[in-house]
Amino acid sequence: MGSMIKSWLSGAIGLSDDNALARGFQDPRIRGWIMQAAVLLLAALGIFELVQNTVLNLQKANIASGFGFLENPAGFAINFSLIDYSAQSDFLRAFFVGVLNTLLVAVLGILLATLIGFSVGIARLSPNWLVARLAGFFIETLRNIPLLLQLFFWYFVVLQLLPSQAESLTPGGGIFLNNRGLFVPRILWEAGTFAPFCVALFASLVLGFFARKRFAFEGWKVLGIAVLPPLLLLLVLGWPLSLDMPVLEGFGFQGGISLIPEFIALLLALSIYTGAFVAENVRSGVQAVPKGQVEAAKALGLPSGLIMRKIILPQAMRVIVPPLTSQYLNLTKNSSLAVAIAYPDLVLVFANTALSQVGQAVEIIAMTMAVYLLISLGTSLFMNWYNARLALKERGTA
Amino acid sequence: MRNQAPALIFGIVFGALLVYLFLPGAPSGPARDAQELSKAEQENLAPEAARGGTLRVVRERGELLCGVSQGLPGFSNPDDEGDWRGIDVDVCRAMAAAIFGDASKVRYRALSAKERFTALQAGEIDVLSRNTTWTLTRDTVLGLDFAGVTYYDGQSFMVRRDLKVSSVLELDQATICANTGTTTELNAADYFRTHGLEFEMVVFEKTDEVIAAYDAGRCEAYTTDASGLYAERLKLKNPDEHIILPEVISKEPLGPAVRQGDDRWADIVRWTLYAMIEAEELGVNSANAEQMKKSDNPSIRRLLGVENSYGQNLGLRGDWAFQIITQVGNYGEIFERNVGKNTPLGIPRGLNALWTNGGLMYAMPVR
Ligand SMILES: N[C@@H](CCC(=O)N[C@@H](CS)C(=O)NCC(=O)O)C(=O)O
Repeated sequence: MGSMIKSWLSGAIGLSDDNALARGFQDPRIRGWIMQAAVLLLAALGIFELVQNTVLNLQKANIASGFGFLENPAGFAINFSLIDYSAQSDFLRAFFVGVLNTLLVAVLGILLATLIGFSVGIARLSPNWLVARLAGFFIETLRNIPLLLQLFFWYFVVLQLLPSQAESLTPGGGIFLNNRGLFVPRILWEAGTFAPFCVALFASLVLGFFARKRFAFEGWKVLGIAVLPPLLLLLVLGWPLSLDMPVLEGFGFQGGISLIPEFIALLLALSIYTGAFVAENVRSGVQAVPKGQVEAAKALGLPSGLIMRKIILPQAMRVIVPPLTSQYLNLTKNSSLAVAIAYPDLVLVFANTALSQVGQAVEIIAMTMAVYLLISLGTSLFMNWYNARLALKERGTA
Repeated sequence: MRNQAPALIFGIVFGALLVYLFLPGAPSGPARDAQELSKAEQENLAPEAARGGTLRVVRERGELLCGVSQGLPGFSNPDDEGDWRGIDVDVCRAMAAAIFGDASKVRYRALSAKERFTALQAGEIDVLSRNTTWTLTRDTVLGLDFAGVTYYDGQSFMVRRDLKVSSVLELDQATICANTGTTTELNAADYFRTHGLEFEMVVFEKTDEVIAAYDAGRCEAYTTDASGLYAERLKLKNPDEHIILPEVISKEPLGPAVRQGDDRWADIVRWTLYAMIEAEELGVNSANAEQMKKSDNPSIRRLLGVENSYGQNLGLRGDWAFQIITQVGNYGEIFERNVGKNTPLGIPRGLNALWTNGGLMYAMPVR
């Protein structure tokens, strides 16, 4: 049947078996190349056509196009930024403020979600009835309430509950919590002391890691190696630190570091919601480890904490990591819900505010999508690398 | 040997696709459009204009698609029965009256400040009548065309009474809530900078969220167009606990906008507006329009289509203005009904009085 169709087709397009072209086409490798080239050409032409058509149509509708607007002053203020920004900065800078704010909440969210997920996932399997039930309740509730609602809950309900600035909650030590956010002291470094400290910290962290790997140092010893040298350096430098305390002046706190309520609400909502999903991944991963492993470890008299850390989790990780990756990707993309509660992430700053000020939807949305794509691809690459590392070990020990 | 038929078929289909898409004269979508448009291009017209204009599209559809706000009392807000009410809504109803002789032939699309321009650019609506400020940028590079001013406004600030602030200049270091994608954001940044004041801006897409955040104490002040402040204040738990500061920091001429490039359509919006203002100037209103047809005043006779047919020059029915006035009213009636002294908003005419009464409302002559 297949060969019949083939001979019919080659007849139909004028190819006979002794034709050189036909023979080339029958070589699977050459045919592969031709086809890939055709697809590539097609894609390139398609994209070219698309772009040209779009530009033409925009011109016809008298809508500006191109990326020249990125150099114009943005004109709007942003209340949370990791880099210097003011209303006179250009749109490109506003774009980077958005990118960094998105990255900040995504990275911290991923760390927190992992922490929450592993704790709750393990608690879910606890022999303690109450702990297991509480963890189960946490997971089932939070997984089944839409994230947007949780976001509004954390933002508006908590905002309503928190006191005004004058009546801030404070545990002392220059830390204040109120409906304008969380205010903490900022560490000020004497000029030229921060960089050496960082170098020292990095070096001793590497040293600690090495000591653990090579000499099987454990617990406190590692910590000592990693932390003591930088501390010593600080002492030698004459403790060049001081604290910049937040102080209430007029309508706001001056000094210190401030975390706006939008950031806190978004971080909490994202990490708790995603944490609930991660907990389920962890539970299924742990349950995938053969029972015999635990029984054997128990028979050896290992304490249960050690069994979890050294026997179960390392094996469970191979089941946990792939779905964990998609949870991380979800968290990053979900962070764009920030717009609902005024956290100035990439979508709010760039795809909303900048877009309505300059109206160039095609360019702005394309840039925004490219950023999410890059972040997601980066996360995937890293997690795939990590996953491969875990898988390799399996072959080594098998 | 492996079965190669699937691969061959695949190759042939792709080849055919290539030929179909890129051979000259192939009936591909974009290429055909381009041909159709080439005439329009020469005359430098927008795509709709080439197909007989927005007016024809609207007539064929049988209703006007009008972009309004998501709920701003007095301007565009659904009432208890779910019917849209407000000055901006009346502009759309007047257009429907002029086009179809029936003010109810309008479909409304609620748009946030951020969505409104994209919706108009993409052709989701025929006219944007949504408390939108006429600015140079919007009139040029955004591809819009403003047809006139329905309400002269300016930006102000609202604060809680117990904040004991009586001027914007006392708001140094304050946190301000506003809508994103508005002129409001830009004006506030300008104003605080020129006065050497520091401030923090919290912006939301939806007004309800801005109000909720302001109500929850997230910010000292809420800023937007003064008319918007009067309207939104009504939504607060205790409207009396909030005051609007005296400064007006910007000019906010609000008016309807259409897509650039369809001048005849823009004319229809423009003259619908002028007809309403002219009617007020001439003392013609929804109650007396029928009687006024017998008036000796040539201006009134022209407006009501008794003499000459200006409607036809616009591509509309001869009694276009008569329909607007009887079904929707003159500008004064619209103002008083939606935001005037006897409404919860209670806004005085001020700048929006007729030019003959010291205001800025001035219709070009209908002749
Ligand atoms: N006139 C300004 C502001 C327009 C604006 O969006 N105002 C808000 C606050 S008054 C609004 O319309 N809210 C109603 C809604 O969200 O639909 C502009 O054109 O940029």
